[in-house]
Amino acid sequence: MNSSQLLGITTFAYLFSAILYIAIFVFRAKKIGLIATVLTIGAFLVNTAGIGMRWYESHQMGIGYAPLSNMYESLVFFAWSIAICYLGLELKYKNRVLGAFSMPFAALAMIMAGLKNPDIKPLIPALQSNWLIAHVITCFIGYAAFAVACGMGMMYLLKDRKANEDPNSLLASLPDLKLIDDIVHKTILFGFLWLSAGIITGAVWANSAWGTYWSWDPKETWSLITWFVYAATLHARFTRGWGGRRIAWLAIIGFFSVIFTYYGVNYLLSGLHSYGGG
Amino acid sequence: MKKIENMAWRFFASVRLALFALLILATTSIIGTLIPQKNPPEFYVDAFGPRTAQFFQMLDVPDMYNSWWFISLLLLFSINLIVCTIDRLPNVWQMVVMNNLDTDPERLKKMPNSKVFLASGEVGALTGVATTLLAKKGWKAQHENKPSGTLLFSQKTAWSRLGAYAVHLSILLIFAGAIIGSLFGFKAGVMIPEGGATDTVYETGSEKPIPLGFSVQCDDFNLSFYADGATPKEFRSDLTVRDDAANKTFSRSIIVNDPMDYKGITFYQSSYEPMQGFNISITNKATNVRQNFQIPFGQKIHWPDTDIDFGVINQQVRSRMGDVASLKVWFSNGQGEPNVFWMDNNAIQAITTPTATYEFQASQVYATGLQVAKDPGVWTVYAGCTLMLIGLYVAFFLSHRRVWVYIDKDENEGRCRILVCGATSKNKIAFDKEFAALVECFTQDSTFQNA
Repeated sequence: MNSSQLLGITTFAYLFSAILYIAIFVFRAKKIGLIATVLTIGAFLVNTAGIGMRWYESHQMGIGYAPLSNMYESLVFFAWSIAICYLGLELKYKNRVLGAFSMPFAALAMIMAGLKNPDIKPLIPALQSNWLIAHVITCFIGYAAFAVACGMGMMYLLKDRKANEDPNSLLASLPDLKLIDDIVHKTILFGFLWLSAGIITGAVWANSAWGTYWSWDPKETWSLITWFVYAATLHARFTRGWGGRRIAWLAIIGFFSVIFTYYGVNYLLSGLHSYGGG
Repeated sequence: MKKIENMAWRFFASVRLALFALLILATTSIIGTLIPQKNPPEFYVDAFGPRTAQFFQMLDVPDMYNSWWFISLLLLFSINLIVCTIDRLPNVWQMVVMNNLDTDPERLKKMPNSKVFLASGEVGALTGVATTLLAKKGWKAQHENKPSGTLLFSQKTAWSRLGAYAVHLSILLIFAGAIIGSLFGFKAGVMIPEGGATDTVYETGSEKPIPLGFSVQCDDFNLSFYADGATPKEFRSDLTVRDDAANKTFSRSIIVNDPMDYKGITFYQSSYEPMQGFNISITNKATNVRQNFQIPFGQKIHWPDTDIDFGVINQQVRSRMGDVASLKVWFSNGQGEPNVFWMDNNAIQAITTPTATYEFQASQVYATGLQVAKDPGVWTVYAGCTLMLIGLYVAFFLSHRRVWVYIDKDENEGRCRILVCGATSKNKIAFDKEFAALVECFTQDSTFQNA
């Protein structure tokens, strides 16, 4: 079994898990809940094994490196981070409907990875640093939390739109608006801490490679823009009492900024992170 | 006058301004990611036309992150942070250090979490039991006697209220570090050919010469590729530092991501330039005599006091940069036909003539490109970064939780009224659970069940 096969299985497993969670929500099929959870945990383990196997394979090729260096590998790790963030959420809130709004992101990340070149390529000198591992892990845990926050924000808006309809409707199975609001807020807090750590590890790395911890290149600047957006969101909530729909919208807008930082910059703008593409 | 001062203060202390600053910084920052920065003026004329280019130059768009207006926005943001902190910190500090045993028992009933029940026994004895029960749940309590009863108080992580202010301070620290760096540091670069040395580097952008106070020699530059022959694996410069003033000489190799630091100046491997020339080393295998040469391309070279002549007469380059992959050598020691052969760059070739054998080693001459930086502010920036992460953790995940237990005599003789109440600075849902567990601990206890 090689890493491509394992990660191929992961793609289908996440997709299937997303479908199961959506089925739990749409058909109120609570009975398949346990299956969905077991499948997700299994998919997560296969994903982990795939990453580990890729690491091992790179060593076999004599160019051993942590598989976190290009778009393919980062998407795989993004999916991994989303899965673990969601599983943490399911464990904490004991509510599987949340999966219908989280796991599609993991499936999507793996599908996107499938469109990328999966060749194991040796690391160019600029990437040969242990800061690579710290930087990518911190950033993507942050991104994953923001993805989940975006999903929860969408769930909030969906529920809020028809909040007054009859109690037997589909949306009644969604958690209480107050609870969703709290989950959105907490995942943003979690993501913000990791995003900050990601920007900081990136700065420390840049300083050890180039002697400049900040050079306003498009990737750096966009990560800071994202940071500003979430910082503003947190201040609006902490000091001006914003909540509900507004924060839900900001969770969605913030995630657009994340996606642009992660994906858009690589393809639309040029800069120091050019090796992150491909 | 006082009124205007007050209004200005309120303006700079407001959260509205903070939100405005964050959003305006976010929005304006986008400009510099869309319009390439720090290109020569002609670039903007070519890309956007003369009128737009002139407009850009007027607003410093080509270097917007150092423009007067962007720096002003950062300054506004900093002033906002400082004023906001001075404005609020005293009150928050008061909350951290205040004596909660002074709280009026009447006010306790209005706390967000509260529960009243009855217990038989004397105030003194019940105070002891309550202290033990609180301790069981991790609440270390102090108590004070009031005119009509006893008040117990305990709190957890009161200092967590300072978390947000630690984050604000960390941003100011990072700014301070950046200012220190730009005032007392420099960013520069230099190209040193193999065998060459320099005691001067050139400031990035202005090309202003900066004397180092010591010299740096490039002994060797080495470029290696992975098996595919195209992906670079390592750029390495072997450097020797000579500091005559300190009477110190040392050698060190640097690669990308592993710079050399000397006297607060850091040297980073950043680029290289292949030169038209080769380092040649020839060894006579019979006598073991060895000689090194640095020769230009396409010239016949004579090894003095021998019959040997040689030269590089052709070469194949690997990239547009001019990296030589292989070279064609002409070699003669005056005996028989000259040897002509292709060899790989950086390889050793054996040469056999009718009278002798030689080892011929050739490697292209490079110049190493070093980035040279001095940044005395970097540790301040790192201190700020560390403080920010600690501050964010404290601000987000720790809360100041307080519980009071007030025990006073009930109208009924031999019975006491117990008021357990509490409040948290944030994360109400988690505190509700913690508070409920504490109340249950009280109500489950036999002392409090017998009333």
